Amino acid sequence: MKITMTVNGDSVTSEAEPRVLLVHFLRDVLGLTGTHWGCDTSNCGLCAVLMDGVPVKSCTVLAAMASGHEIRTVEGLATGGTLDPVQQGFMEEHGLQCGFCTPGMMLTARALLDKNPDPDEDTIREAISGQICRCTGYATIVRSIKWAAAHPAGSSQAETPAETPAEETAEVPA
Amino acid sequence: MTAIEERPANPAAAAENRPIGFGRLQRKEDPRFIRGKGHYLDDVVLPGMLHGAMLRSPYAHAKLISIDTSAALAHPGVHAVITGKDLEGLNLAWAPTLSADVMAILATDKVRFQGQEVAFVVADDRYSARDALELIDVEYEALPPVINARKALDADAPVIRTDLEGRTDNHIFDWEAGDAAETDAVFARADVVVTEDIVYPRVHPAPMETCGAVADYDPIDGKLTLWETTQAPHAHRTLYAIVAGIPEHKIRVISPDIGGGFGNKVGIYPGYVCAVVGSIVTGKPVKWVEDRSENLMSTSFARDYLMHGEVAATNDGKILAVRTTVLADHGAFNATAQPTKYPAGFFHIFTGSYDLEAAHCKVTGVYTNKAPGGVAYACSFRVTEAVYLVERMVDVLALKLGIDPAEIRLKNFIKPEQFPYQNKTGWEYDSGEYERAMRMAMDMAGYDELRREQAEKRERGELMGIGVTFFTETVGAGPRKHMDIVGLGMADGAELRVHPTGKAVVRLSVQSQGQGHETTFAQIVSEEIGIPPEDIEVVHGDTDNTPFGLGTYGSRSTPVSGGAVAMVTRKVRDKARLIAAAMLETRPEDLEWEKGRFFVKGDPSQGKTIAEIAMGAHGTVTLPEGVDGNLDAEVTYDPPNLTFPFGAYICVVDIDPGTGVVKVRRFIAVDDCGTRINEMIIEGQVHGGLTDGVGMALMEIIDFDEDGNCLGGSFMDYLIPTAMEVPDWETGHTVTPSPHHPIGAKGIGESATVGSPSAVVNAVVDALQPYGVVHIDMPCTPSRVWEAMQGRHVPTAGV
Ligand code: FES
Ligand code: FES
Repeated sequence: MKITMTVNGDSVTSEAEPRVLLVHFLRDVLGLTGTHWGCDTSNCGLCAVLMDGVPVKSCTVLAAMASGHEIRTVEGLATGGTLDPVQQGFMEEHGLQCGFCTPGMMLTARALLDKNPDPDEDTIREAISGQICRCTGYATIVRSIKWAAAHPAGSSQAETPAETPAEETAEVPA
Repeated sequence: MTAIEERPANPAAAAENRPIGFGRLQRKEDPRFIRGKGHYLDDVVLPGMLHGAMLRSPYAHAKLISIDTSAALAHPGVHAVITGKDLEGLNLAWAPTLSADVMAILATDKVRFQGQEVAFVVADDRYSARDALELIDVEYEALPPVINARKALDADAPVIRTDLEGRTDNHIFDWEAGDAAETDAVFARADVVVTEDIVYPRVHPAPMETCGAVADYDPIDGKLTLWETTQAPHAHRTLYAIVAGIPEHKIRVISPDIGGGFGNKVGIYPGYVCAVVGSIVTGKPVKWVEDRSENLMSTSFARDYLMHGEVAATNDGKILAVRTTVLADHGAFNATAQPTKYPAGFFHIFTGSYDLEAAHCKVTGVYTNKAPGGVAYACSFRVTEAVYLVERMVDVLALKLGIDPAEIRLKNFIKPEQFPYQNKTGWEYDSGEYERAMRMAMDMAGYDELRREQAEKRERGELMGIGVTFFTETVGAGPRKHMDIVGLGMADGAELRVHPTGKAVVRLSVQSQGQGHETTFAQIVSEEIGIPPEDIEVVHGDTDNTPFGLGTYGSRSTPVSGGAVAMVTRKVRDKARLIAAAMLETRPEDLEWEKGRFFVKGDPSQGKTIAEIAMGAHGTVTLPEGVDGNLDAEVTYDPPNLTFPFGAYICVVDIDPGTGVVKVRRFIAVDDCGTRINEMIIEGQVHGGLTDGVGMALMEIIDFDEDGNCLGGSFMDYLIPTAMEVPDWETGHTVTPSPHHPIGAKGIGESATVGSPSAVVNAVVDALQPYGVVHIDMPCTPSRVWEAMQGRHVPTAGV
């Protein structure tokens, strides 16, 4: 079937079987491999992306269900060559080790901060409680999100000139 | 001299305000990870690549009667279905394990654990491959399984390894350390003896990225390129050469970014071999990535040690001896990754941090109908089990004698002046200042205040527990003359090249799974030669482009590979001195070193930076006799001894008396890993390990029912801590460098995983003192805690 959705601001259309999961559509069809997967039971949250600004587990959404919606993945976190404060926060506070859970964690953090720009520790822990990190022990993830809250976009510390432009993902082979 | 002292460490870098050497430093690998640009195994896509999927046994023990693959082969998109019979034709149905046993790649005669590999489908995409699995028709004849290790050696136990000639039982090995007679004698004259049965249940490392491989065999030049989630690419290459008969120079193993390993990615799994066979058979690249259930049910588990501990002591709490017997459940194939001489790994570090008169252990390994593997999960070759045993037993003794658990430890520590310390089972502990670390943890915790709070709460019927633990690890294996894995000595190589413009590339034999090697190892080079870390490229995880070595596990990277990197950098520096002398027209011994530069003694203005020397080496400078025109070197580092990191942990828990739910309120961890390279990375390693410890102590278990069905085969059943189950960690450190390590570093990767489970369980038992509880086996789930409170039998792991 033909599936059309907006991914990181670009409209994409592609053929896919109705049973294809959103995580596989993003990874295998669009080549956006920043979204990871880690379980068969919707428990780990590695696959979290934003659908219309709300975190969803993309292993639990069919690509067809995302048709017509706006998806934001880790590849779309940085805007116009500037890192999202959440990305900067994860580097500053060592919020990642192997990096495998990181894209999902950062997207959930972004959604949280959009709703609540100054969350306390308990709120942060609860927001990421649907996601497993096997490396960090979470404290540094909490600190990373707090760092991002303290340095919202537009404040000077969040600017990072080192960013390379995000890859174009609009062209999708059928 | 004042002028020299005031000179910045590296004039060039200091001018640019770039840090040199050790210290907190943001990681070099982070910019790609936070942009979603990491390159993990499942991100590898090759032209024409096919996808593999594995059919697995639903039975724990069954005879394989027949396999019909015709419907699967006829399924659209399917290219090949490979069975054990096919592999037999290639002499690949069985392969040697890392412990001198053999394991089935695809079952031929029987299946021996639930989840065992039976057939491999290669198809156009992952969905069709999975579809085809459903179409394979396998006929089994169920056999009675051996699930309880305690029954594995019964005379009437079914024999699992009927494939091994002459096998009549499920016994694998007996192994002893220490002096039995001497230990018995000390026990006979002791005032007090305490004993306890302690189970370290089967758990699983469960890295967030599961295991996988992409095999690309080129039939024209006979070259196999194999991307793998492996912590040990070089060892894998050699093993593939031996097993598959592909010449070693025609095998390139690439280990891309790895999404966590924790020991899970040390071994060679049947899926990897099948991907290789699939690529040879189809002539196309084949990717295989397991799903989570496959990972939990079939790949390297950890622990599964059924231990009986005994401690002999005087009435005033002086520990005299420790004795233990262990039943080690190795599953269906003996596939643990252990140095050859040590079938129970380094379990004989169970003497802990205490000055004993005698010690003895006997470990018996048995086969059961469970997944093989073992020694995974950040445990440094059974050090985890050893530390857990001794630290639980010391608490059992403290309880019996009515002595505070911190006090009894302080009383028995090996004293700083006793190092290097020969323990009673053959180790030489390199260095330690145990009391200092223990007192620091107690100060950070406010230990006396916590005990007062506990007493008050007990009055009110509230359950608060304080768990104390002190651990000593033994990590960084070799030395190679004592330690090898399948004949490969446990040494590691490093190669350093300083380019003409003074930038460098260092190549390592070990592979990072998130530990931040690209940063840490650049910092070691930087410390030794004065080039800023960002000017040093770290290359790893590619056997065609890195020197040989045994890989990352058992906290080896910093102790062994870190040693290699320091030594290779010193070798380059020594060479730089000769070249600088030639450039400055002076004698090498007349030069003095400051970070990044040689200068003439007494005339600091006359000097050459490393960049100038590198340019000189590659340029037209007339080089001294015997010095060739580069600034490169390579070494293989064979550690003279292991290193012995240690730490003091204190855990505070609250237990809900109505439900038995344990809440970890505080966790104080003081670690000593010797010289500290990057504070931030070390703290991260500790945090992760503490979380593992809380998970194992309270939540994680791979259990089985009596038919051998795995009860921990998904994240619904195998529970891992989320941010809600763990506190904000309170960390501190002391620094006791290793005297034999080039930079004094001891390794930190597994310390917290090793040390923390006993702290949590000790805290739970401490909280339950009003109920007279002496021991609870992990995981201390609400139901187990609640049952212990009722004075009822608490089930142990297994059946
Ligand atoms: S992959 Fe685990 S929740 Fe989606
Ligand atoms: S950083 Fe490895 S799983 Fe979170």
